[in-house]
Amino acid sequence: MELHAQTIEQLHEQLIQKTIKPSDILDSVYKRIEAVEPAVKAYLMLTKELAYAMAKSAEERIMNNDNVTEITGIPIGLKDNMCLDGYETTCAAQMLKGYKPPYTATALEKLQRAGAVFTGKLNMDEFAFGSSTENSSFHTTCNPYDISRVPGGSSGGSAAAVAADMCIAALGSDTGGSIKQPAGLCNVTGIRPTYGRVSRYGLIAFGSSLDQIGPMTKTVRDNAILLKYLAGLDEKDSTSAPIAVPDYLKNLRSDIKGMKIGLPKEYFIDGMDAEVKSKVMDAVRTLQDAGARVEEISMPHTEYALDVYYVVAPAEASSNLARFDGVQYGYRDTTADNMIDMYKKSRAKGFGRETKRRIMLGTYVLSSGYYDAYYKKAQKVRTLIKQDFDRAFANVDVILTPTSPTTAFKIGEKAADPLTMYLSDIFTIAPNMAGMPGISVPAGFDSKGLPIGMQVMAAPFAEQAIYDLTAFYQQKTNWHLQKPRL
Amino acid sequence: MVITRKDVEYIAHLSRLEITEQEAEQYTKELSDILEHINRLSKLNTDNVEPTYFTMDMKNVTRSDVVKPSIDKQKVFVAAPSIENNGFKVPKII
Repeated sequence: MELHAQTIEQLHEQLIQKTIKPSDILDSVYKRIEAVEPAVKAYLMLTKELAYAMAKSAEERIMNNDNVTEITGIPIGLKDNMCLDGYETTCAAQMLKGYKPPYTATALEKLQRAGAVFTGKLNMDEFAFGSSTENSSFHTTCNPYDISRVPGGSSGGSAAAVAADMCIAALGSDTGGSIKQPAGLCNVTGIRPTYGRVSRYGLIAFGSSLDQIGPMTKTVRDNAILLKYLAGLDEKDSTSAPIAVPDYLKNLRSDIKGMKIGLPKEYFIDGMDAEVKSKVMDAVRTLQDAGARVEEISMPHTEYALDVYYVVAPAEASSNLARFDGVQYGYRDTTADNMIDMYKKSRAKGFGRETKRRIMLGTYVLSSGYYDAYYKKAQKVRTLIKQDFDRAFANVDVILTPTSPTTAFKIGEKAADPLTMYLSDIFTIAPNMAGMPGISVPAGFDSKGLPIGMQVMAAPFAEQAIYDLTAFYQQKTNWHLQKPRL
Repeated sequence: MVITRKDVEYIAHLSRLEITEQEAEQYTKELSDILEHINRLSKLNTDNVEPTYFTMDMKNVTRSDVVKPSIDKQKVFVAAPSIENNGFKVPKII
């Protein structure tokens, strides 16, 4: 198998055996990018020079046996909302076109320290507002399994690049489902860690009580490897958790006997795609046959999660995006002759339609007279949603659901109607509102050959249980090994 | 419509966004649709429920007050649209 098509684990083995060099992997990855990027359009920018310099230093570490980690020499793609010192970081927004941050995000610094190699910056919905990459102000990424369809979003570039072997793994970020939903639509394994597990320092903020960085990989085992290097307390992010990071891969259970899986009836609703439901139920049977115990549970406030999210997330976004004012960095309109007009014109031209819509929605629900009716009300219902999860996890180890109600939709199909688009995140939003970790893993294909994702969630900081179950599932199935025909 | 065009123009001002006539029209409809959906929340009784602004069980996080080097000023100015005399230059305020 060509190097670009392999996993972190497989490549690491050959690197330490010294049968290949980091630059060999990089050559293979960039060759692959050259071949398929014109069809997929996952990247916004390649960082070739930096990547080869990083590969060189990784090679030296390996030759000298100096602090070699499982990701030393592994090419990783970065979602373009994570700051990398001196390299354009745009959030796929005109507002930040050309912006080169003067510092590096902690998550990226940690990967750098472990010897990883950065292939480039990946496409996304502008400021992570969206579920399809159609809101990118540069271009739309295509789903590698059917290039007339979306890859999901907002981390659609990351999911498509991993699926198409244009990097060995990628980083995404997830606020309402932006790692899990595209992972599901592109046959990739993507985890949204517990809120607080990975430092948000240097991640351009969308919803500060919701945002998390997480790894998107070809296997659960690779995912477990990468999270170990990303996670942990960071003094630059006071919301990062002072909780020890386990060696998830080493700790993986060899079986799942006795694990308790909850199936919330509210996630298997009428009107959802029948093929999605049937494949996810197949997966449940596979796990049951291996000794897992399955029970139906109820999470009665699920139906309100989307409404809570579309109050809380825009409210936080409207505050966070106030920083884009044309003063210290970012786009400035030069035609205005006073400060207020300069703000208004810069923001009007620098932000895309969905960004403006969310800023206005957030401003409205926080404004005097509506704060109690919308913002405070939503945060109260958020408590009820969290209580649903707390109650469930008192009885089960993990909760299993489909990742999305449908498989990948056509480019343009939902772009005109924001509400329909928002509904594609309906299954990922509730656990995010409650701060719970969750993964999406491949669970099969529909009759059109489009990937179906299965979401597995656990209690806060119980990522190990998620990995235990899903790594076992990938031993029993090979959905995750089926590559797109490009 | 849950909100009026006048509301939208006011929110746009608060948001420091210049919007066109046509955008005002569009946002009035779109935001009304979304708010109408969100209004379902009012069906729920939350009288005795505390709000959750933050999901982790954390109190104030402090650190020792130690002077550390910060990012070099000149490095920060590289990204600025306009600078003068070691400061960010902006249009007239008053």
